[in-house]
Amino acid sequence: MFEFFDALMLARVQFAFTVSFHFLFPAITIGLASYLAVLEGLWLKTGCDDYMSLYRYWIRIFALVFGMGVVSGIVMSYQFGTNWSVFSDRAGPIIGPLMAYEVLTAFFLEAGFLGVMLFGMSRVGKGLHFTATLMVALGTFVSAFWILSVNSWMQTPAGYAMNADDQFIAAGSWLPIIFNPSFPYRLAHTLLAAYLTTAFLVGAVGAWHLLKDRANPRARLMFSMAMWMATIVAPMQIVVGDLHGLNTLEHQPIKVMAMEGHYQSHPDGAPLIVFGIPNSAEQRVDYAIQIPKLSSLILKHDLNAPLDGLDTVPSVDHPPVGVVFWSFRIMIALGLLMAGLGALSLFARVRGKLYEWRPLHRFALMMGPSGLIAVLAGWITTEVGRQPWTIQGLMRTAESASPLAAPAVAASLVAFVLVYFAVFGAGVLYIMKLMAKPPMPHEPEPNNVPERAAGTTPAAAIWTETLASGGGSNA
Amino acid sequence: MNTDLTMIWAFIIFLAVFIYVVLDGFDLGIGILFHRFKVGHDRDTAMNSVAPVWDGNETWLVLGGGGLLAAFPLAYGLIFSALYAPLIAMLLALVFRGVAFEFRWRDSGHRRFWDLSFSGGSLLAAVSQGVMLGALLQGIAISDRAYAGGWWDWLTPFSIITGVSVAIAYALLGATWLVLKTEGALQKQARNMAWWLGCATLVAIGVVSVGTLFLSEAYFAKWLAWPRVLWVAPVPLLVALSSLAFARSLRSGHELAPFLLTLSVFLLCFVGLGISVFPDVIPGAVTLWAAATDHSSQVFMLWGTAIVLPMILAYTGWSYWVFRGKVDAHGYHS
Repeated sequence: MFEFFDALMLARVQFAFTVSFHFLFPAITIGLASYLAVLEGLWLKTGCDDYMSLYRYWIRIFALVFGMGVVSGIVMSYQFGTNWSVFSDRAGPIIGPLMAYEVLTAFFLEAGFLGVMLFGMSRVGKGLHFTATLMVALGTFVSAFWILSVNSWMQTPAGYAMNADDQFIAAGSWLPIIFNPSFPYRLAHTLLAAYLTTAFLVGAVGAWHLLKDRANPRARLMFSMAMWMATIVAPMQIVVGDLHGLNTLEHQPIKVMAMEGHYQSHPDGAPLIVFGIPNSAEQRVDYAIQIPKLSSLILKHDLNAPLDGLDTVPSVDHPPVGVVFWSFRIMIALGLLMAGLGALSLFARVRGKLYEWRPLHRFALMMGPSGLIAVLAGWITTEVGRQPWTIQGLMRTAESASPLAAPAVAASLVAFVLVYFAVFGAGVLYIMKLMAKPPMPHEPEPNNVPERAAGTTPAAAIWTETLASGGGSNA
Repeated sequence: MNTDLTMIWAFIIFLAVFIYVVLDGFDLGIGILFHRFKVGHDRDTAMNSVAPVWDGNETWLVLGGGGLLAAFPLAYGLIFSALYAPLIAMLLALVFRGVAFEFRWRDSGHRRFWDLSFSGGSLLAAVSQGVMLGALLQGIAISDRAYAGGWWDWLTPFSIITGVSVAIAYALLGATWLVLKTEGALQKQARNMAWWLGCATLVAIGVVSVGTLFLSEAYFAKWLAWPRVLWVAPVPLLVALSSLAFARSLRSGHELAPFLLTLSVFLLCFVGLGISVFPDVIPGAVTLWAAATDHSSQVFMLWGTAIVLPMILAYTGWSYWVFRGKVDAHGYHS
């Protein structure tokens, strides 16, 4: 048992832990930055103060999430060197420039305009402030572009050659490296996932406040906006996810075998295993509930199409089937529930009951974390499904790690776990405290002002001050 | 051609690390001094003076790390696996420091804890960075493109001295920043601190410089071999001149000059480090050219850097311009 926890396994657990925690924050900020841009744009266009109130309500949450994303992201940018030095050395000439482009074109853009977005409304005026919001939103998008290009290259490497030091280098043009075969699908799938994550968080907060006061116009506004996203984007995501799956089947068929639980080949039509317990020792799925030939229909669009199983692959190249099988099913189940909530809300909207139908609000409340869980489940599916490789088919995870002593990695892993749970646990608590407050008219600016005794600087005074210096029209 | 690009990339990384040290240096310095300020107005003001810019400042650290991976991947892997413990300590310290900017305003019941998280995180991050500098200067054991030492090799009396020295120098930078950005009693306190920290920094520079000379014969020769000594002597001389000017400006009530003169001392120290380490990236073990990435990667990144870096400097400058002037406990006001 103990030899399982060698330095390599500890390094993998540490990377999985730190990247999973980190991924939650950008999954929120990508969607939330765009949502804030939409709110500010609508406020500028219509002059309706409820949009600005929602903007100020959500920007406080955005600031918290963004801060946690920054500090957990710095850890990621150094972890390649600390724990995966051989991978860094060999893959650095390819992935290094792509990540450097992410820093140059995305991180600076986000961080450079965030200060103005948070604290600058009264100093720069409406137009420039909106520009700052747009730049932050653009930054989150560009960041996703580059980092997913890196990840996709590790899944479906293209456009590379090897040099004398056994490093991966560009064979010629950089375009086939950046736009490698799985990149467009992964980018679309992940961005939609981020938008859905935000939509379901916003929807749950709106639902919570509707359950307490269904007349609050700002709770109505955010709930309605979120449910439009669920209605439109959740079905789009199912289509994009299907295309991404077909792309995976073409380029990483072993991952799909693990997702489907196909240990055996099926020469005349493979069944869809809905549930079961993958048993890798016996190379079969125990207690399988399956629908004959449906997997072939989904993957090949033909009931009788043959599908290879893991029996065609040497066992040293098998990913851990149980993890991939289950994380994939969790993602799919949540995706279907999301589309279901979208359809129900459309039904309620058409009937004029969107703000009255309490079971819908309770359902939306329960679905609040669904996007976050689905994002993690999808990420685990694609990353664990790539194992035992860091670069699919070219470089094994076992040959990627730094030559570190197990106690060093164990100590740092314990430190990361303790610090992340304590610090980010507190952060989640603060976010939930902010979400528990109803969105009020004339939300104050997110100035870093200590909570003071009532009467010194009431929120309304700050609001008026902003209006006087060009903050907008008051209803 | 390859040679030239490697030099250009060494300069870009050098520049990124320098900008990081200067910008996050005053943020971290304010954190290190934080507990010396009175609870309430003074602490709120000190924190607010960097709140709008701190994460832009920290992005230069990401560029330093990411740039090293991109331009010198071998050095990136070797240095950070060798400096494992202090690097992890720095990352965790930056977590505590970074979240405190938001958390202390959200939870008045635990503000004392988050203030401690801010100052303790800043101090540990600064000391860790200094320890890493010392550990790098004293050399890293390498065999066959891999780190060959133990996980406590970084810890020596010299690396502890550099750790403390960097923390002192950051504190000086933070104090002079507050002289520039604040007024009244807090400014007076910062000015007083800057005087003592200036003296301490000068001592620290002296101790680290002399210590470096005796780390290896190579360092000794790079500074004291004839006639090379004539070329490098202006660096310590300019440090002495800047220090004198610093003392005068602080005494005569200038607000901007002490900060700028501290920056010039930082720049001179960086030039000094460059003289000690060049043409290696890992002193005595790996040259810049041995660690450099592929030519095609250098060209590809240089295009992006040439176009984007001036834009970054422009909008970062704009952001500082927006938040110019004095700050108080309520943040920046027009």
